[in-house]
Amino acid sequence: MGFLRITSPHGHGPLSTSKVMQTVLLATLPGVIAMTWFFGPGTLLNILFGGIVALGLEYCVMAVRKRDPLFYLRDFSVLVTSTLLCIALPPYAPWWLIVVGVASAVLLGKHVFGGLGYNPFNPAMVGYVVLLISFPLQMSTWASPRGLADVPGISDALTALFANSQYDAVTMATPLDLMRQNTGLLVEDLYRQKAQFGQFAGVGWEWVNIGFLAGGLWLLYQRVFTWHAPVAMLAAMGLCAAAGFDGGSSESGGSALFHWLSGATMFGAFFIITDPVSSAVSNRGRIIFGALIGILTYIIRVTGNYPDAVAFAVLILNFAAPLIDQYTQPATYGHNRRDE
Amino acid sequence: MRTVYAIHGGIHPPEEKHLSHPGKVLDAGLPSELILPLSQHIGAPAEPIVNVGDKVKGGQLLAESQGAVSAAVHAPTSGTVMAIGMRSVPHPSGLENTCISLVPDGADEWITTRGVEDYRAESPQTLIQHVHDAGISGLGGAGFPTATKLLARDRCAIDTLIINGTECEPYITADDTLMQVAADQIVAGAEIIAHILGASVILYGVEDNKPDALKAMQAAVAAQGDVGDREVMSFPTKYPSGGEKQLIEILTGKQVPSGGLPADVGIVCQNPGTAVAVRDAIIDGKPLTERLVTLTGRALGKPCNYRVRLGTPISHLLALSEFTPGSQQRLIHGGPMMGFALETGAVPVIKTTNCVLAPTHEELPAPPPAQACIRCGLCAEACPASLLPQQLYWYAKARDQEQLEKHNLFDCIECGACSWVCPSTIPLVQYYRAAKSTIVEARQDKQRAERSQARFEARQERVEREAKEREAKRAARKLAAQKKAESADAEDPVQAAIARAKARKESVVKSEDVG
Repeated sequence: MGFLRITSPHGHGPLSTSKVMQTVLLATLPGVIAMTWFFGPGTLLNILFGGIVALGLEYCVMAVRKRDPLFYLRDFSVLVTSTLLCIALPPYAPWWLIVVGVASAVLLGKHVFGGLGYNPFNPAMVGYVVLLISFPLQMSTWASPRGLADVPGISDALTALFANSQYDAVTMATPLDLMRQNTGLLVEDLYRQKAQFGQFAGVGWEWVNIGFLAGGLWLLYQRVFTWHAPVAMLAAMGLCAAAGFDGGSSESGGSALFHWLSGATMFGAFFIITDPVSSAVSNRGRIIFGALIGILTYIIRVTGNYPDAVAFAVLILNFAAPLIDQYTQPATYGHNRRDE
Repeated sequence: MRTVYAIHGGIHPPEEKHLSHPGKVLDAGLPSELILPLSQHIGAPAEPIVNVGDKVKGGQLLAESQGAVSAAVHAPTSGTVMAIGMRSVPHPSGLENTCISLVPDGADEWITTRGVEDYRAESPQTLIQHVHDAGISGLGGAGFPTATKLLARDRCAIDTLIINGTECEPYITADDTLMQVAADQIVAGAEIIAHILGASVILYGVEDNKPDALKAMQAAVAAQGDVGDREVMSFPTKYPSGGEKQLIEILTGKQVPSGGLPADVGIVCQNPGTAVAVRDAIIDGKPLTERLVTLTGRALGKPCNYRVRLGTPISHLLALSEFTPGSQQRLIHGGPMMGFALETGAVPVIKTTNCVLAPTHEELPAPPPAQACIRCGLCAEACPASLLPQQLYWYAKARDQEQLEKHNLFDCIECGACSWVCPSTIPLVQYYRAAKSTIVEARQDKQRAERSQARFEARQERVEREAKEREAKRAARKLAAQKKAESADAEDPVQAAIARAKARKESVVKSEDVG
């Protein structure tokens, strides 16, 4: 009588990679809902269209690489990549922008390195930066938030996505742009004079960030990642902002609260830098990794020329992650010699 | 009350302890054959001293221990030695090993044994000899010969004895049951071991999911009055708290240095079953011939703890506990976390068999195909040794031995916590086992290479030396020949001939004078 022979352990915990990925997808909901409320259905449509493109691409690549495509599609990772990228793209982007972005993320960001788990860079950010450098105009036109202009409807969104002509959405400079370009006004006056500023940061943006914060905290509660990188990033960014605030003069870079609730801060802190594949591995390493991203994001935001800085900061730190790992290996049992 | 220290990592798999009704013991009875492997422990196999056809009694020595690290084998009942040869044994390799086959005669006659009257009056050496003669090896897991472990007293000062009643593996309840039914004997055994070691402190570690065992142990310790620093410590249930190094940290806050032994920090750990075996050996003079085994899993109709004679075929126990094999049936020797799968039930219970697990396929399904490692780090959070399993996996796949050693691969205790949590169901432990053996092999190869290089160089040196010596000898011979020739040249042959003629002439003249 021959029994099945498998090596230990013989049991397995309840978690699976597919479940982790689905949880992450679910956690983007509050932020995506906020984006849809304030900027219209553009982002939703982006996510949907981008997802279809991503699934198709993944299937083809896996078939070319002679793997079972359905087995790999089941891990949901490509949907996470495309969804995160599409959240970062401007709503009402044309279809080709999304196709180029998703293709860059999936092919350049992931498969050229060997697929899921082998990518040194965050694939969504690779896609984003490729687009930002190649198509700066399309990438820096953001729709105006609800309250300042009419929010486009679903037919407008479809036109924007598929029509040949550029959809003419009402666009405005984002609060981050205004803050960077401001040279003559006190921060207080800037808030008063420009309609784009809301309660704490930008109209709409503050709620989008609160939405991603909520989703992120839920992921933290679900133990999908640890607190180290997000907390370090937000703390470092807050410290930098506090140091550069100088009481709100015209030279000011904006308050800590402004930076926390502007642009891609919360989205980056909880959905991008927590990507385990391309971040540092140890908890100590993740604190360094997150903190440096926070500092870099602040510096690029205040002194750089791009709409936001999270993507660049993340890619630069992706480079540094192996080095950080090298110096932050935790003390193994029996090695810290605390008994001697 | 001592402080309980926290350890890093750990997991909480379903405990499933209730299945086997801890606290209840059934007798497994006499099987039709007992298969006694000569190697039921770590170290050199025992050497048989009986022959095929010999009639033996229970408790009689069948095979002697060999060398410093070894343990003897005794007959668990009376009967006839039917064969000494290769049989299937419980081992991860699935290979056969030499066993003594004993067919019981049913009379169950035993040799008379006598213990030590007052162990406190005996020297540690004498008592260790008794433990050695009783063939005791650790009943908990690895099966290290107990006498050898006790010899640590000669090398290090031991102040603390820990009785490891953690039993953190799911399903297993053998130690739990033993603590409930034989707490007094465990305590008595622990006192003897502490006496041998010269340890002043005895700590009993019990996880808090065994309230009955905890109560029984506390009562037994309290019953002996004030005999010194004794404490039964309860701590939160978490796998693998029962790992020797983990338990030491939980109970004392100390860490065993990497590559070292608990004795290096003045501690020796023993399993409760081992303590009872030591008690039986010293007080009654009885060798180790039986143990408690948990038979559990949902493929069994009657899971329970059995008192089993060593050598009893597992198939005999499976029949007793009403085993119904299903499709893709697995049979596990040990627990679900660290046990190994058996190919057949025809292998015997040995000194380290604490559990036989027969799960249904639904209960412990075979792992699905591994997905990609996304370096989520759950494994690092679960690792009780604070390793970075995801990095080790990466380096193991890359065969990067330098990084593997730098990331302390050899501090991995193979508890399986990382594999258990891995969302991509990667068999991480298997990678580490393979990497470890590759590195060990490489080290041995290197040693061999170094040895053969030394040998080669020595030979080279010798050959050169001999060649030189030969050369020197030849040169010397040549020189001698030359010298001889030269000295020969120095004599003028003509003069010599004249001298010879002269001499002859003179002698002729002399002879004429005489004549």
